[in-house]
Amino acid sequence: MKIHALLLFVTSLPLSAFVHADNLPVAADAPPAFKTECGSCHIAFPASLLTANDWRNIMAKLDKHYGDNASLDDKPRQDIEAFLVAHGGAGKKTSGAGDPPRITNTYWFNREHRKVPGKIWKDPTIASAANCGGCHNRASEGRFGEREIVMPGGKKQED
Amino acid sequence: MMKFIRIYLLLIAVSVANAALAETPQQILQVQATQASKQSPDFVPSAQRGNTFFANKFSISAKMPSCATCHTDNPAQAGRHAITNKTIKPLAPGANSERFTDITKVEKWFRRNCTEVVGRECNAAEKADFIQFLIEVR
Repeated sequence: MKIHALLLFVTSLPLSAFVHADNLPVAADAPPAFKTECGSCHIAFPASLLTANDWRNIMAKLDKHYGDNASLDDKPRQDIEAFLVAHGGAGKKTSGAGDPPRITNTYWFNREHRKVPGKIWKDPTIASAANCGGCHNRASEGRFGEREIVMPGGKKQED
Repeated sequence: MMKFIRIYLLLIAVSVANAALAETPQQILQVQATQASKQSPDFVPSAQRGNTFFANKFSISAKMPSCATCHTDNPAQAGRHAITNKTIKPLAPGANSERFTDITKVEKWFRRNCTEVVGRECNAAEKADFIQFLIEVR
């Protein structure tokens, strides 16, 4: 009986590791411009995935934004920057973003995606690692849970 | 006589207010067309010129050579962003009733996308032709 309990405990470990994976809802104090402006060409990326300094860097160069012109009027630009800076992340998780900062360069992103095979990244429905919604089909709601992943071709994430 | 003048003034006030708070594609088109006719008095918006502009490969940007790159050859269809691959809802108001209902938003996207794709800001005549084309797309 004890062995059964132990087995149950051990087998449930990997599951519990997934349970915290990862809901990153947009904070309630987000200015309305955050979702409309930052969420049109890509999802409005969660502020906690880069540091406050990374966000300042990005918001200072919106006319040259990763190959596109994303310039904004002053008011929404300031509101969005204040929000991102206030909610910016810190520590090892956000390290390695680089310049220009990319979430896809960070320690956290690479750890979370280490098992994703190369052919998935190159699939035409994905095309860009910035296309979170390509697999995380509820990414725009801030939901990145394992159970909400649908790989190209409709395959559900199984582990 | 006074009454007619009053009605006339009221009509002017209403049309000015409409220009400031344009809410339909037709009204936004009208704002651009009025602006364009200040430059050339004979200006009439042309869907055909708008279509040519939409399909034209300006090739200023390698990843976004034309409007059609992201919005596809048929703006009544959904498109995809050339860099992020995110779905873009149809641009034609006939297929997406949210389009061209907020002039601030319209001006923002013209400013951004013209600078990126055309290499400069678009003028009022180009914008009017473009909107005329999109209104007629089915």
